[in-house]
Amino acid sequence: MRQPVSHLAGSSFTHLVLAGYTLLSLFPLFLVLINAFKSRAGIFDAPLALPNGETFSTIGFEKVLGKAHFLGFFGNSLTVTVLSLVLILLFGAMAAWALSEYRFRGQRLILLFFAFGIMVPIRLGTVAILELMVKLELVNTLSALVLVYTAQGLPLAILILSEFIQQIPKELKEAARCDGVGEFTIFFQIILPLIRPAIATVAVFTMVPVWNDLWFPLILAPGEATQTITLGVQQFIGQYATDWNAVLASLSLAVLPVLVIYVFFSRQLIRGITAGAVK
Amino acid sequence: MNRIARWQIAIFLAPALLIYASFSAWPLLDTLGLGFFNTDEAGQQHFAGLANYYKLLLDPQWSDGFWNAMGNNVEFFFIHMLVQNPIGLLLAALLSLKGVRFAKSYQTLLFLPTLLSVVIIGFIWQLILSPLWGVAESLLAQVGLAEHFQPWLGEEGSALLTLALISVWQFIGIPMMLIYAALIAIPEEVIEAARVEGASAWRIFWQIRLPLILPTLGLVTILTYVGNFNAFDLIYSVKGALAGPNYSTDILGTYFYRTFFGYQSQIGSPTMGAAVATLMFLVILAGVGVYFFAVQRRLQRHAF
Repeated sequence: MRQPVSHLAGSSFTHLVLAGYTLLSLFPLFLVLINAFKSRAGIFDAPLALPNGETFSTIGFEKVLGKAHFLGFFGNSLTVTVLSLVLILLFGAMAAWALSEYRFRGQRLILLFFAFGIMVPIRLGTVAILELMVKLELVNTLSALVLVYTAQGLPLAILILSEFIQQIPKELKEAARCDGVGEFTIFFQIILPLIRPAIATVAVFTMVPVWNDLWFPLILAPGEATQTITLGVQQFIGQYATDWNAVLASLSLAVLPVLVIYVFFSRQLIRGITAGAVK
Repeated sequence: MNRIARWQIAIFLAPALLIYASFSAWPLLDTLGLGFFNTDEAGQQHFAGLANYYKLLLDPQWSDGFWNAMGNNVEFFFIHMLVQNPIGLLLAALLSLKGVRFAKSYQTLLFLPTLLSVVIIGFIWQLILSPLWGVAESLLAQVGLAEHFQPWLGEEGSALLTLALISVWQFIGIPMMLIYAALIAIPEEVIEAARVEGASAWRIFWQIRLPLILPTLGLVTILTYVGNFNAFDLIYSVKGALAGPNYSTDILGTYFYRTFFGYQSQIGSPTMGAAVATLMFLVILAGVGVYFFAVQRRLQRHAF
């Protein structure tokens, strides 16, 4: 008879810990989101209360959208993230294919060269990256960010995509080759569609650090016209630190797109991490 | 296998190699080289041997700041190791128990903060801990601890610890997910065999599951290490480049930024910045080296 009792106790302990920690994870976000929709008085008088008829206000959002070029920041982040992703996935898949399909001299060396980039953060090369961008006249352009993020994302993308490409059955490729199909056609029309799930996984988790980065936008593209959302919010809050409505609204605006994307892709992302980690 | 022309392989490899080499690998090497130069008033660079490193490590004008940042960074890392990874392990262990309801939902929600920008997280916690708003204080009051409230982020003694805990709060999802993945990959028969032998869940965890996931714990450790010794965004957004109060939250990332770009009366120097980056590189390389040559090799023997 002891078993079920201890089982029950164990199960409630499990849920107590998990639910408690989940609450701790979500509470700060919840707090910011509800207070973003309140008047200044509402924010200070009852921070924990939901907005009601009396305290509801969108003044913060109006201020933010009026003062800062939020839509512009947003567009910049989107451009940088999408372009980097496309380059990482396309070039990454091509390199992964070459490295896992063919045997050639220097192959191990190239693999090692890329592997190095997984462990060593690209930030350490910032001094020289800035000098290079000055020489190329790319400072304060989104291209500078795209190039750096592509370089940053490639090593891991190549590693993961190689794992998947290696699992593709040999017969498929050999059959195509017997029919006289060229290597480029094989890659673009047979391999790429086959590794779509892997590409989606890599996409979701290369996207996050690019979208969130502060360091490179701060150093390579701090100009008003090229600010990304992360840098824009950071600068905006630095400037309007005492305007709580505006601060809370800008934080919410920065959080919302990520929340929306997460609602759609959380499963993919978690599956990707789980699958990637086992290897 | 058919003969594939060399140029075809080259075309597949070239774009990735070119971008990675020019914007990641070469700048890193270039930075390592630049650390051996100094910059004169006219902005010209001259070879200076180890002068920059001598300054950084031994000349009090520079080395005080450097060693302070290094010490803080080590502390920052240890707090992650002592708080983040054990909690991550606990959450993963609970999530991987058989038949826990809502396990997927918990996972999804617990992972959410990890996806948000460090800048956003930093500001959110700054608001919550602000004495002006008083949310933290009123929450403490509800459990009768109001008098323990302090403006933790503003005090020299507690600012670094508070920032480290904010970072722990945000990144708990990474160790949790990695460890969870390792735990569910353990073959069911192994656990079942132990259970049939009459081992308790507690014992199964400590004596079977934990030893089997040691390689993953090693991976989590090195990821935490690299992430921490490369951190910058959180400190910069909450405390600014000066990493106050009185440099008590200064870590290598913020020290690097100030050295490179300058602050107040100090003029920034790319060559000194490169020297700091080189030292950071060595610190990270040492960690990765230890991981690969000692930990990974020994742990692999336990793996299945």
